[in-house]
Amino acid sequence: MKKIYLTVTIIVSGFIFLISCEKLEPKAPFDDEILDGPIEGLSTEQNQMFLRGDVAFNDDIFTKEKGLGPLFVSTSCGSCHAGDGKGHPFTTLTRFGQTDENGNTFLHLGAPQLQNRAISGFEPEQIPADATFSKFTPPANTGLGFIDAVSDADIMAMADPNDANGDGISGVPNWIALKGFITPRNSSITNNGKHIGRFGKKAGAYDLLQQTAAAYNQDMGITSTFEPYDTHSGQEIDPEVSNQTVHDVVFYLRTLKAPVQRNLNDGDVMRGKELFIQSSCGKCHTPELKTGTSPITALSNKTFFPYTDMLMHDMGKGLDDGYTEGTAKTYEWRTPALWGLGLSKNSQGGGYFLLHDGRARSIEEAILLHSGEAQNSRERYNALSQQDKQKLIKFLESL
Amino acid sequence: MQKILLILLYLLMAKTSIAQIDSTLFRRKPLDSTGMSLNMDAVYNRPFLSVGKLPVALGGYIEANYQHLGTDGISEGHQFQMRRFTLFVASGISRRIKFLSEIEFEDGTKEINIEFAALDIEFHPLFNVRGGVIMNPIGAFNQNHDGPKWEFVDRPVSATQMLPATWSNVGFGIYGKQFQKDWVLAYEAYLTNGFNDKIIDNSEGKTFLPAAKEDRERFEESFNGVPLVTAKGAIRHKRIAELGLSYMGGVYNKFQDDGLELDKRRRVDVVAIDVNSTLPRLRTFINAEWAWVYVDVPATYTQQYANKQRGGFADIVQPLYTGNLFGFNKSVINAAFRFEYVDYNVGRFNETGDNISDHYYAIVPAVSWRPSPQTVLRLNYRYSWRSDLLGNPLSKTAGIQVGFSSYF
Repeated sequence: MKKIYLTVTIIVSGFIFLISCEKLEPKAPFDDEILDGPIEGLSTEQNQMFLRGDVAFNDDIFTKEKGLGPLFVSTSCGSCHAGDGKGHPFTTLTRFGQTDENGNTFLHLGAPQLQNRAISGFEPEQIPADATFSKFTPPANTGLGFIDAVSDADIMAMADPNDANGDGISGVPNWIALKGFITPRNSSITNNGKHIGRFGKKAGAYDLLQQTAAAYNQDMGITSTFEPYDTHSGQEIDPEVSNQTVHDVVFYLRTLKAPVQRNLNDGDVMRGKELFIQSSCGKCHTPELKTGTSPITALSNKTFFPYTDMLMHDMGKGLDDGYTEGTAKTYEWRTPALWGLGLSKNSQGGGYFLLHDGRARSIEEAILLHSGEAQNSRERYNALSQQDKQKLIKFLESL
Repeated sequence: MQKILLILLYLLMAKTSIAQIDSTLFRRKPLDSTGMSLNMDAVYNRPFLSVGKLPVALGGYIEANYQHLGTDGISEGHQFQMRRFTLFVASGISRRIKFLSEIEFEDGTKEINIEFAALDIEFHPLFNVRGGVIMNPIGAFNQNHDGPKWEFVDRPVSATQMLPATWSNVGFGIYGKQFQKDWVLAYEAYLTNGFNDKIIDNSEGKTFLPAAKEDRERFEESFNGVPLVTAKGAIRHKRIAELGLSYMGGVYNKFQDDGLELDKRRRVDVVAIDVNSTLPRLRTFINAEWAWVYVDVPATYTQQYANKQRGGFADIVQPLYTGNLFGFNKSVINAAFRFEYVDYNVGRFNETGDNISDHYYAIVPAVSWRPSPQTVLRLNYRYSWRSDLLGNPLSKTAGIQVGFSSYF
């Protein structure tokens, strides 16, 4: 009789186990806890393209056979942008060789980007002794499609090159020359034949196609029809990644969702936002922008909250590395978007590596390293009580 | 035309008559139950079937399962998998010369491998020569990997994703055993073809010894002309335990070609320890393996590829019920538990001095039913955690696996 009970118990337990299988699996994180995932409103065809781009971005690891290097920084896109978030000093880039708007004088020596790693049998690049350089921590990828879809007119409306309003803040665009394969946006604004850069620490890239093709080439040593020159030999070689894959990755980056703010109704967070605005932080880290018309319907005419004005600002001597891109000065940096800031630790190994080169290990340290046009805001922050400082930081962590 | 038809009819009749062979002529070679067999004996300690006095014995095993696993809320749904179908052919050529081969079809026919095909010649119990495709005796699992012997659907991650089980190569070597009352001592030593540079240049993006198996030419030629040395020593006391210590090492890169120097010689070295024991009275079976991997990765390469890895697993199997179940007189129901851990990258980042993460660990509670010693039906619940290189929040995978494995 005991054996029958045992048998029945085993069968029933097994059956219950089987039918409850999904309940035994790990739950998905909440949407506001992660940075990856597509924007809402994509068509099924667009979903497929997003998935292809997701695989190419996060799963494709380049090897010698697939064209890696011979000089490189990283072996895949995803290794620099874990979970589509900010990068880590392990994958920080180094750029060198340009000190002013006259261009990079070290292109013949491997500039602008240092490939600090090499496959066996090759030696990685070294920074020439007389070249200045700057380190760039990989940025988060989220919401890039929204940034991409802001009209040039809206960016120019935020610019104040001569500080006409006398607030000490004078954002300017970085005017860059377009690569041959780039198609300018409709209604793009030009200055002496140059266009407004909007991606990268120095806003040195015009759009996500330029950014992506350059990353394949400069970060992984992968040539494409867009960037056909091998970074080591300088010779034009066969494409090592297809146009379709590059376009899929560009689409993936364009359609990654915007970070979702957390604890919106928390009293401290709300007060922190007020303090953020009162301290004039929001004059550069503009809370709200809107997109123009986009070929991707889900991105058209949307209001979003990136906390950036996409313009270049003087950040003072402390952040002047002596290197630049386009027409920007060496002390000018594009206002980084603050959205997703609170989730940075989840992609940076549990700690913060903030500012352009990851030198700030906390949000407060990053604030205190602001200078130049941001000096007044920093002083206002310093004047806050300890409690108010914590509320302001709590607000930033909620982004 | 008539002749052709007659020949075809004759062939058909002959085939039918062979198919109707008297099954009483089948003899099944029993498994070793002396308690003195070692992991190194696993290759021959299988339930072969022979017919009459034919010198050839046949065998094999099959392994299939269902699983429903999810990672961080995303499931691949219901999956039915044909993990393995393996055929053994053994032959006693003479009293002291024998041959065994093992051909495995993995994941349907996605992978077809000759895992073992070697000739053994015994000169003395302490001195046997083996040559052909051999399974390098690193750790215990690589040689003792037959599905029906295990209570778990998945093979240990440390054995298959850090060590390259099942890892076979062409080569020659010697082995031997010495019995002394309740003790048995054994050794094995082989020179074989070995690894290649895929172990640090692969689509896994990490130091990954199993990537060397992608080089199918290793059964024809060595990647660099330097033999891989594998050696193992084992000791067993009949009533206490078996302890094994093994080493495998060689050069993995192509350091020269056509007489030209391409790189310095870069080594891969692996050390493993394995232990198994059955506790008296409780009959609890404990089986564990731990290994360390050392790879000379070029300093100018990326730290994503580790110089050092470590990991292992520990299985505990507790028989709960022995007796008749559904008419199977020798049924055994076991509760089992596995813990496994791999650190794919032991080291610190040059840039920050922080620990490089890239860990994997898992627990697998399990229940198995053995209606006969050669057949196992298993129900596993696997829960695993995976961290990326940087130590970001862990990715969790879990779910159930139900399957069977049986010798035939």
